[in-house]
Amino acid sequence: MSASTIEPPAAPPDRTREEKPVATETPPPAAPGTPLPTAEEFTEVRQSAEFAELRRAHRSFAFPLTAAFIAWYLLYVLLSNYAGGFMGTEVVGNLDVALLLGLAQFLTTFLIAWWYARHAAARLDPKAQAIKSRMEGTR
Amino acid sequence: MIPSTHRTLLAAGEASEHRTLIVTLFAVFVAATLVITVRAGRQTKDAADFYAGGRQFTAFQNGLAVSGDYMSAASFLGIAGAIALFGYDGFLYSIGFLVAWLVALLLVAEPLRNAGRYTMGDVLAYRLRRRPVRTAAGASTIVVSVFYLLAQMAGAGVLVSLLLGITSDLGKIGIVALVGVLMIVYVTVGGMKGTTWVQMVKAVLLMAGAVMLTLLVLMRFHFDLSDLLGRAAENSGKGASFLRPGLKYGATGTTKLDFLSLGLALVLGTAGLPHILIRFYTVPTAKAARQSVIWAIGLIGVFYLMTLALGFGAAALIRPDEITSSNKAGNTAAPLLALHLGGTDSTWGAVLLATTSAVAFATILAVVAGLTLASSSSFAHDIYANVIKKGRATEKEELGAARRATVGIGAVSVVLGALARDLNVAGLVALAFAVAASANLPTILYSLFWRRFTTAGALWSIYGGLVTAVGLVLFSPVVSGTPASMFPGADFHWFPLENPGIVSIPVGFLLGALGTLLSKEAPDTAKYAELEVRSLTGTGAH
Repeated sequence: MSASTIEPPAAPPDRTREEKPVATETPPPAAPGTPLPTAEEFTEVRQSAEFAELRRAHRSFAFPLTAAFIAWYLLYVLLSNYAGGFMGTEVVGNLDVALLLGLAQFLTTFLIAWWYARHAAARLDPKAQAIKSRMEGTR
Repeated sequence: MIPSTHRTLLAAGEASEHRTLIVTLFAVFVAATLVITVRAGRQTKDAADFYAGGRQFTAFQNGLAVSGDYMSAASFLGIAGAIALFGYDGFLYSIGFLVAWLVALLLVAEPLRNAGRYTMGDVLAYRLRRRPVRTAAGASTIVVSVFYLLAQMAGAGVLVSLLLGITSDLGKIGIVALVGVLMIVYVTVGGMKGTTWVQMVKAVLLMAGAVMLTLLVLMRFHFDLSDLLGRAAENSGKGASFLRPGLKYGATGTTKLDFLSLGLALVLGTAGLPHILIRFYTVPTAKAARQSVIWAIGLIGVFYLMTLALGFGAAALIRPDEITSSNKAGNTAAPLLALHLGGTDSTWGAVLLATTSAVAFATILAVVAGLTLASSSSFAHDIYANVIKKGRATEKEELGAARRATVGIGAVSVVLGALARDLNVAGLVALAFAVAASANLPTILYSLFWRRFTTAGALWSIYGGLVTAVGLVLFSPVVSGTPASMFPGADFHWFPLENPGIVSIPVGFLLGALGTLLSKEAPDTAKYAELEVRSLTGTGAH
């Protein structure tokens, strides 16, 4: 048992706590010391070309990909349900199509996760960061 | 040594040296996690610490904790057992659990982290009318978590009793009560910090245990996967059909449809499970939330690949009647496999059995703690502070309510778990996924991505999805009408499927859309602009 070797960090991180005495009503937290931009500013940013581009970069990637992997998963379930003969075809030794397609689901899941991480780091994070620092910084 | 038919795990557990070793390892785990909990408790000072672990965990730490929260005893013991008994169909089950994480990764984790604070209700309340929406979110969070919790508690009683050779009713109730007391302590004392560390320890132990058993199985078959599969098929007595779809779900048109329904609930439910969603608040940024999901996908994926070796290994090395005589559902196949790999009459076998059992116990404890935290957080933050007290509760009052709710939910689940100890409640986990997919996911997605969405839509979708999913299960063979039902003596079922998802998920999405389009309420477009900008950019989030 290696349980005892894993322990919480010794000292709590030195954070400045500026929680209000009255707890938690939405909207959720703004970083301490940085008041939230006004409603007008949010509406303005939402209508800006820069934000539209960020939203498009997220949606045009995430939405079709979600539809695709759900369809691919359902195809696999339907094949397992209704195409037993095809799925039972042996390919390598005792490994049949069913097992290989199952392993392929693992592989595609890993690949999509990796692909999204790359897309987000290259196409989403810089745009998001630019908007965030401008909105928080220019006040 | 060929073990006799009656040399079951139960008999093994009765051997006193096994029992001493198992109890010792349980005690070491409990002691270590209590030390961690107390230390974390000392650092828990405000609401952000209690609900969100101070938002200071790294992506890797949270990824470990997410996989710890997700890989319940049902995954470890249930999937290995299902593969051992039903071959390929058991494996099929695990795939939905993994693919589901992509929904969380692509659509939910980052916006949730940016726009919410402590609970799922935060994100919904952002742009909709707060009190009705928070009440609904709290209700569905508590329903999902308590169903899940009950299944785990009852499973814990059965499993631990079996491993320790406890047969008396009082002993089983005692185990359920012990699990309940420990989870209450973890959550009330350690809050999210303590619970997160417990999840991490558990995830490391579970991965280590699975790696060890997988290597032992693969060494036995000289790393020849085809040979392992062939021997499993032969030993199972079912021949080639063991490696093909159909043994578990392929009997009739109804069971096939049932599996499709289950698959839908699994793939769409994960991103709506409250105890998973609140994990995304424990990291400092949306990027860290994304990376923790990626870690979780890696860890969970590798783990499910290993259950393949464990399940087929158990099928190849242990006679099927020995597995089923120990537990009908095959839940003890993994511990039995450990015993066989070490040698049924050797000390090494006893050590492996004890280690595997302790890992299973750790798994149950950590998962129930995560579920209790999710439901008591939602009660205190959504219902108590923002509905009952209308946002005027002090932080201290709110945290007091969270701790009292933990004790209350803990007590209720101990009582229900003890009462349900002889009922077949395994179906409740699938129900929890179905409710999460039918009530929570539609509302979360509409809230984040549909500008026109209104409060009426959210309420229709949450309550409609919830009532449809729970109602259909109530009138399904899960509850009555078959020998395997929760109440085998009664029969009031008319819904043919055990899994409601294929009906209730479309109903949840449809009601959300209808409620929105039919209501005269104008959407709060300024608030949606704020939500959309914040959820995508992280402006104002910390």
